[in-house]
Amino acid sequence: MNITPEQYQEMTKIASPNSKSYKNIPMAFLVGGLICTLGQFLNNLFISYGISTEIAGTLTSVSLIFLSALLTGLNIYKKIAKVAGAGTLVPITGFANSVVSPALEFKSEGLILGLGAKLFVISGPVIAYGTLASILYGIIYYIIKIL
Amino acid sequence: MYLKNGTILLKEPPSILSFASVVGKKEGEGPLSSYFDIVEYDTKFGEKTWEKAESKMQQIASQTALDKANLKKKDIDIMFAGDLLNQCIGSGYSARELNIPFYGLYGACSTMAESLSLASIFVSFNIVNRALALTSSHFCSAERQFRQPLEYGGQRTPTAQWTATGSGAIIVEKNCGAPYVKAVTIGKITDLGIKDISNMGAAMAPSAYNTLKSFFEDTNSKPNDYDLILTGDLGVVGSDLLIQLLLKDNIDISAVHNDCGKMLYNLKEQQVNAGGSGCGCGASVLCSLILKQIKDGILKNVLFLGTGALMSTTSTQQGESIPAIAHLVHISNDNVHIERR
Repeated sequence: MNITPEQYQEMTKIASPNSKSYKNIPMAFLVGGLICTLGQFLNNLFISYGISTEIAGTLTSVSLIFLSALLTGLNIYKKIAKVAGAGTLVPITGFANSVVSPALEFKSEGLILGLGAKLFVISGPVIAYGTLASILYGIIYYIIKIL
Repeated sequence: MYLKNGTILLKEPPSILSFASVVGKKEGEGPLSSYFDIVEYDTKFGEKTWEKAESKMQQIASQTALDKANLKKKDIDIMFAGDLLNQCIGSGYSARELNIPFYGLYGACSTMAESLSLASIFVSFNIVNRALALTSSHFCSAERQFRQPLEYGGQRTPTAQWTATGSGAIIVEKNCGAPYVKAVTIGKITDLGIKDISNMGAAMAPSAYNTLKSFFEDTNSKPNDYDLILTGDLGVVGSDLLIQLLLKDNIDISAVHNDCGKMLYNLKEQQVNAGGSGCGCGASVLCSLILKQIKDGILKNVLFLGTGALMSTTSTQQGESIPAIAHLVHISNDNVHIERR
C-alpha cells in the first residue's frame, strides 16, 4: 500500500457523509416533545378522573410503555424512530421498544434461552449502570446531608 | 498458470453453463427487478426462522440453475458454498438437501467470487467435470446476528449499508460457450485500521485496491481493457475510496467501475443509505444482469471483485479493526487469452 492507516482514516473521514444534524435534531425535539405532551395529556386526564397525582404518574408511564410495545409489535415504532432518532429513544417509550424488540426477535430460540435470555440484551446495560448511578447519587446525597 | 501476485490464469477457461438468482421483496422493487429469476415476496420463504429462510433461498437458487441447464443434483460433482451466518449454517443445510460433495466457505461478502474461483479452478484443471458455486445473504438473519433486533427503533448512519436478501448459484463446466472464466486473483487480507462496522465500504476498499493492482500487474493489463470492473458491495463510500486509492498510483477506473451495492437498489427512494451489502448483493447482481450481458456479448470483459469484511461480532466488541478481503474473477465473452508484454 502507498498509504498509511492514518492517511487512510483521514481520506475515509472526508469520503463519509455526516449525519444530517440539521434535520435529525429538530425532528428529535419535535417527536420527543410530542411524546412528552401526550404523557402530560394522559396525566391530566387521569387526574381529572379524581386519581391521585402519584398514581396518575404511574398510570401515565404504564400507558406510554403499553403504546410503545404495541407500536413495536405492529412494525410502526421503528418507522417513527427512523425519522425521530433520539426523540423516540430517550423517553420511556424507547426503553419499552428496546425490551420488546429482542423479545420478538429471539422468540425463535425458545422462551427460556431465546426470549428470556435475550430480553434485556439492549436495555441490560442501561438497567445495570442506571442502578449503579442511583446508588452513587444516594451515597453522595447522604454525605452532603451529614455535612 | 500461477502468476506471482496471486493470479491464476486459466489456460483452458471453463464456461459458466448456467446461473440463477433469487431475491427478496425489497430487491425485487429495485431497478434490476426484471433480471432476477425469482423474486420472493414472502421474506420468510415459507419457513419458520430467518436462518431456514436463507437456506431455502439457496436451495431455490441452485435448483433454478440446475433446471436451466436441464441437470439433476447428481450431475454436479462438487459444490462450494458459504453465507454470513455463524458456522455458515445456511449453506450447511442447503448442502444437506442437495447431497452434493461440499466445501463450505467463509469469505463474508466475497463468497460469490471465492466460490466461483474455486469452482472454475477445479473444472479448468480437470479435477471435476461440473461444479456449483452458491452463496446467499438475508437481511433479517444478518441483522439479528450482527446488529440489532429488526423492530428496534434506531437511526442508521449515512455510511451504513443494507444487507441484501438474495442468493446466486452458478454451474461451471468446460466447453459450453460463453461466459468464460479466464483468470482469478486470490485476495490478500488488507486492513487499514477501520473499526466502524457502519462503514464497511471504507473497510473493504483497500482490499479491492490491492487485488485489482495485483491483477493488473500480473496480467500486464489496464482498466480500459475491460468493459466493466464490478465490485461486490463497496457502496457509495467504498467505491469513492477505491477510485481515489487507485488514482494515487495513476490507475483510473472511474470510467469502467460500478458496484453491485449501488446497482441493486434505488439508493434514495429505498432508503438504503450507502447502498447494498452482503454475499447476496454481489451474487444476485452478477447472476442476473451481468452474466446475461456477458453471455449476450453486450459486455465482453468483466472483472468481478467480491469484497468481504471478515470481522466477527466478538472482534468488533473487543475494539479490533476489520480485516477485509477481495477476490477477483475475470469473466469474458471469449476464451482467447491475449499475451500482453
